[in-house]
Amino acid sequence: MSRLASAFTPAGPTRLVTYVTAGDPDRARSRDVLLALGRAGADVIEVGVPFSDPIADGPAIQRASERALAAGSTLATTLDLVREVREQIAAPIVIFTYVNPVMRMGPDTFVARAAEAGVDGVLLLDLPIEEASAMRQALDARGIDVIFLVSPTTTDARLAEAARLGRGFLYAISRLGVTGARDAVATSAQPLVERLRRVSHLPVALGFGISRPEHVREVMGYADAAVVGSALVEVIADAAAKGADVPAAVEAFVLWLKGAVRA
Amino acid sequence: MAPVDELTTAYLSARHDPAFRKELRDLFTNYVGRPTPLYEAHRATQSTGVRLFFKREDLAHTGAHKINNALGQTLLARRMGKRRIVAETGAGQHGVATATACALLGLECVVYMGAEDMARQALNVFRMRLLGATVTQVDSGSRTLKDAINEAMRDWVANVESTYYSLGSALGPHPYPLMVREFQSVIGQEARDQILEAAGRLPDLLVACVGGGSNAMGLFDAFIDDKAVRLMGVEAGGRGITPGGHAARFAGGRAGVLHGTRSLLLQDDDGNILPTHSVSAGLDYPSIGPEHAWLASIGRSEYDWIDDDAALQGFEWLARAEGLLPALESSHAVAWIQRELPRLAPGTVVIVNLSGRGDKDVETVRAILAERESIAAGGRA
Repeated sequence: MSRLASAFTPAGPTRLVTYVTAGDPDRARSRDVLLALGRAGADVIEVGVPFSDPIADGPAIQRASERALAAGSTLATTLDLVREVREQIAAPIVIFTYVNPVMRMGPDTFVARAAEAGVDGVLLLDLPIEEASAMRQALDARGIDVIFLVSPTTTDARLAEAARLGRGFLYAISRLGVTGARDAVATSAQPLVERLRRVSHLPVALGFGISRPEHVREVMGYADAAVVGSALVEVIADAAAKGADVPAAVEAFVLWLKGAVRA
Repeated sequence: MAPVDELTTAYLSARHDPAFRKELRDLFTNYVGRPTPLYEAHRATQSTGVRLFFKREDLAHTGAHKINNALGQTLLARRMGKRRIVAETGAGQHGVATATACALLGLECVVYMGAEDMARQALNVFRMRLLGATVTQVDSGSRTLKDAINEAMRDWVANVESTYYSLGSALGPHPYPLMVREFQSVIGQEARDQILEAAGRLPDLLVACVGGGSNAMGLFDAFIDDKAVRLMGVEAGGRGITPGGHAARFAGGRAGVLHGTRSLLLQDDDGNILPTHSVSAGLDYPSIGPEHAWLASIGRSEYDWIDDDAALQGFEWLARAEGLLPALESSHAVAWIQRELPRLAPGTVVIVNLSGRGDKDVETVRAILAERESIAAGGRA
C-alpha cells in the first residue's frame, strides 16, 4: 500500500488534506509552513507549483502564486523544497500543478526528480484523462500516485474512468467554479461523492469552498477527507502582511480545523 | 470536460442543420453586409506591376471580421438554451461584435477586458456599454487579452449551466479552433470566388495578421489545398524580439499548453507565460491558434513579424495611398506587403486581409505621433 493510500486507513473522525503554494511567502517560510503542517497533523500535504496563469484558481490562490513567483519559486525549486522536508514529515506529499511547467521541464525529468524528492502523488490540474496516459504510466513506474479531479458536471462514464485510472485518492470538487473559501459547503458535494462511491473504492477527498471546522465535520459525514486550500493560503497571506509568525499561524489554523483546539 | 463535450456535440449538430446555416447566412447578407468587397489597390502598388487586392472585412458590420464568429457562436448559444454570454476581448472588436449579436438576439452579455486594453480602447468600451453589455475590468496578470481569457474561463466554469463562452479567436480547447475557423471561413470562400472573377486565376500569396489567428484561418481555409498559393501570417514584433517585448510566437515560442490548447507559446524556462507587447491590443497574446502551429509544422504556411514602428508606417501608408484606415492589427499585414512589394515579381497576385478598420485606433495613433513630435522638438531645442 502506498503512503498515500495508507493515509486514509483506518477511517478516522477527521481527515484533512491541506494545500499551500510552494515558496509563499518566500522559500524559508514556505519550508517552515510545510513542517508546521506536518506537526499540526495534516493527513495529506498538497504542495502547489506557482504558475503565471492559474485559470482554475480564485483570487486567494492567484495571489499566492504571484507572491511565490515574485520570490523566485518554480517547479524545480518546489521539488527541491519537498526533498528538503521529506524526511521530517510523515504525511504523504502531493504535487499540485498546471501542466505547462511540467512540459517545459520535460515529463521524464519531472517524474525522475519527483521520485528522488520523495513525492507520493501528482495532480496535473489541466491535463485531461484522455491526454494523461504517458504521464500516468511514467509516474506509476516510479511508484507515484496520479490523482484525478472530478466535478459535479463530470459524467458517470468519466467518473468510472477516473476511478479506474486514478491512484491514492480521488479529488472531488464540491461545486462548479474556481477555488476559494465559502460560507457553506455546496449542496452539489454530497451527491457527487455518492456517485463516486458507486464506481470506486478509492478514498474521496472533497475540496473547494471549505474553510471552517464545521465544514470539515460536515464533509467527514460522507467523504474520506476535506481539502482546505484558499482559507489556509489566506492565513499565510494575513500573517505575512502583519509581520506575524507565519508557520505558527498555519499550525494553529490546522489544529482549529481538525477540532483539536478552540479558536 | 463536460462543458466542452456539450459544446462539441451542439456545434457538430448545428453545422449540418440547414435551418441553422440558413439563419446565419441570412444574417451575413442582410445584417453584416456580406459579401465584403475585394478591392484592388492601384496607387499603393505604384509601378511594381503587382496586383494587390484587399479583402474588405473592415466594411463588415461593427468594423471587423469578428462579427462572423460572434454571430455564429451566439446563434449556437441560443440553440443550446443559454441566455447569458461571456466573452473576452483584447482590442475590443470581439467584445463589440459579441455585444452586438447579443443585442440582436436578446441575450445577456458580459465582456472581460484587461485594464490596460480598456485604457487604450476606451471608445470600444463605450460602444459595448451602449449595446447593453457589462464590461468587466481585469486587473490580474498582465491586464491584457490573456488575462481576460483567464477571467472569462473562470466565469464560464462557475456558471456553465446558464452561460455560453464566446471565444473570439481560433484558440482554446476543441471545438473552438475548428468552430471559429469554420465561422470565419466565409472570408476565404468569398475571396476565392472574387479573385477568380477579378484576376481570372488563384492568387500567388495571401497575407493576414495573426494574433490568435482567426482572420488568417478564415482567409487561408478555402486555399489550403491549393498548394501553389503561399500563405503568410504576420505576427506582432512589438518593440523587437526580446523576452516580453513582442508577441511573435514563431520567433521565440516553444510548445506548451495554455487555455486548454497545446500550441506554440511564449514562455520562460520554468514554463511560466511571458508578458507580451504590441501596439495593437488584438495581437497581444502569448500563444497562437493550434491550427497555425500545425500548418507551419507541415510547411504549408509561413510566418513573419512586423514591429510597432513598421505597423504604424503601414497604417499611414495605406491611409495616404488608398484612403483606407486599417486597424492596427491589420496594419501589420499591410506593413508586411508594403515592405515586400518591391521584391515581388510583376504580375504577382496578392490578397491582404484588411481584417478591421482603424477608427478605434485613431486616438492611439494620434497620441504616439504627438509623443514622437514632442520628443523630436525636444531634441532640437
